[in-house]
Amino acid sequence: MSQHDASPLVEIRGLRFARGNRLIFDGIDLDIPRGKITAIMGPSGTGKTTLLKLIGGQLRPLEGTIRVDGEEVPRLSRVQLYELRKRMGFLFQSGALLTDLDVYENVAFPLREHTNLPEPMLRDLVLMKLQAVGLRGARHLMPSELSGGMARRVALARAIALDPMMMMYDEPFTGQDPISMGVLVKLIRTLNDALGLSSIVVSHDVGETVAISDYIYLLSGGKVVGQGTPDELGRSDSAWAQQFLRGLPDGPVPFHYSADDYAEDLLLGTEAGRG
Amino acid sequence: MLNALQQLGRTALGFFERLGRGHILFYYLLLGIPSVLVRPRLLLQQLFSVGVLSLLIILVSGFFVGMVLGLQGYNTLVDFGAEESLGTVVALTLVRELGPVVTALLFAGRAGSALTAEIGLMKATEQLSGMEMMAVDPIKRVMAPRFLAGFISMPLLAAIFSAVGVIGGYFVGVGLLGVDEGAYWSQMQAKVDLHDDIYNGVIKSLVFGVVVTWIAIFEGNDAVPTSEGVSRATTRTVVHSSLAVLGLDFILTALMFGDN
Ligand SMILES: Nc1ncnc2c1ncn2[C@@H]1O[C@H](COP(=O)(O)OP(=O)(O)OP(=O)(O)O)[C@@H](O)[C@H]1O
Ligand SMILES: [Mg+2]
Repeated sequence: MSQHDASPLVEIRGLRFARGNRLIFDGIDLDIPRGKITAIMGPSGTGKTTLLKLIGGQLRPLEGTIRVDGEEVPRLSRVQLYELRKRMGFLFQSGALLTDLDVYENVAFPLREHTNLPEPMLRDLVLMKLQAVGLRGARHLMPSELSGGMARRVALARAIALDPMMMMYDEPFTGQDPISMGVLVKLIRTLNDALGLSSIVVSHDVGETVAISDYIYLLSGGKVVGQGTPDELGRSDSAWAQQFLRGLPDGPVPFHYSADDYAEDLLLGTEAGRG
Repeated sequence: MLNALQQLGRTALGFFERLGRGHILFYYLLLGIPSVLVRPRLLLQQLFSVGVLSLLIILVSGFFVGMVLGLQGYNTLVDFGAEESLGTVVALTLVRELGPVVTALLFAGRAGSALTAEIGLMKATEQLSGMEMMAVDPIKRVMAPRFLAGFISMPLLAAIFSAVGVIGGYFVGVGLLGVDEGAYWSQMQAKVDLHDDIYNGVIKSLVFGVVVTWIAIFEGNDAVPTSEGVSRATTRTVVHSSLAVLGLDFILTALMFGDN
């Protein structure tokens, strides 16, 4: 890994992606620098999760390039892609724990699959990761016995099990109480700085995200509508940035999924009822 | 009219697309088998849940089917004074036909539906994509062991079904209806042929095992990732694999026993 390389770890150019007839991304350019925490924010349903899946190679773009550590993700063969993914940690919005394994085995899973560590060393590693997320005591619980917030922390422990070069967090803060939220914010920062990771945090918890990120991209309507350090965005007079960071209901960001005119839609029903 | 045509075209295209995806999955399942063989523990787990857990229903059904065969066979044979042949009738019916077929139908209902539901739910809860993001191939890790377990379990279950059925026939024929015990066994021994009957029965059950497990895994993997999607997929597994078993049984029977 070329750690001190000045080139960005993830470089996205002219990305277009559609789900069915709906264009989710319409020409996105985005750089994720090495060793920093980059936040991607935007209203629900803009495609933040989709963007992470594109970076992870689970979805293929319609157009444009996605380069991770110099490798063009959509062009990689299956084997190359899997090699790359061993260096990526991905925290799913849902946690995605394996329900037939307990907490301990879930965290041990990537280690068992990809390494031949002797059992005592594996145990130490797993306990270290669980300790880091404060759930060492929960190691014997099954995923069905965890709360949503706990499940996400176990998933985080699992995601860092292989010491990846980059971490992608999909909504790490939702469902956390204030204490574990604080711990998690600190953890993401510490992991990033101590392990020399590069992190991408997708979130709409404005306060926490602004507090930990070094750089922020604002997405809306398939485009990047604002970017900058938290300070720059806070000071900018862009309507997008102000609406999103302050949580104002009115502004350029629509609250509604694109639809026909509301009044007309209601009238249609009345007419149909009469006809 | 045009709409109906369009609909027909869409349905046909959808069907062939699924057929194609099914075959691609089959290919990857076969490719995944070597990696299962080096991790026997994964296979053992699946042999337990696919095979051992199906055992009870196979034992009970086999016994009842054998008893019915004993009764029906006796009633028919006794008119010709041929009740001594009861053993042959029961054994041939089981080994050639009912053993493989009924076992496969029960297997589709018991193990196939469970496989589909399990894999479908893993997909719906993002466990499969989670594995992919950890650079673990779900086909190799999750599906291939189940596939191989189905392939191995089916012939064993069919053999157990037939064996228990023969005992059921014995119980009714010899125990209750008074057929000569020596005749029951010796006729069976003389008339059931290793090549023509047993091997062909085993081949049938191997084919059924592959087809049922393949359909079950495919439907799970192809399910719409919602509770409704998984429930539909489970139903489709049972319906499609039962129909496939019955259709294939006819073809295989025609090929194996057609010329005598
Ligand atoms: N499997 C799918 N099939 C079709 N459309 C999808 C699928 N998954 C997501 N979408 C659509 O893609 C859009 C983006 O979804 P995505 O999950 O990336 O949003 P998001 O920004 O992560 O939202 P949230 O903040 O609520 O998690 C949504 O509008 C959704 O309708
Ligand atoms: Mg999302």
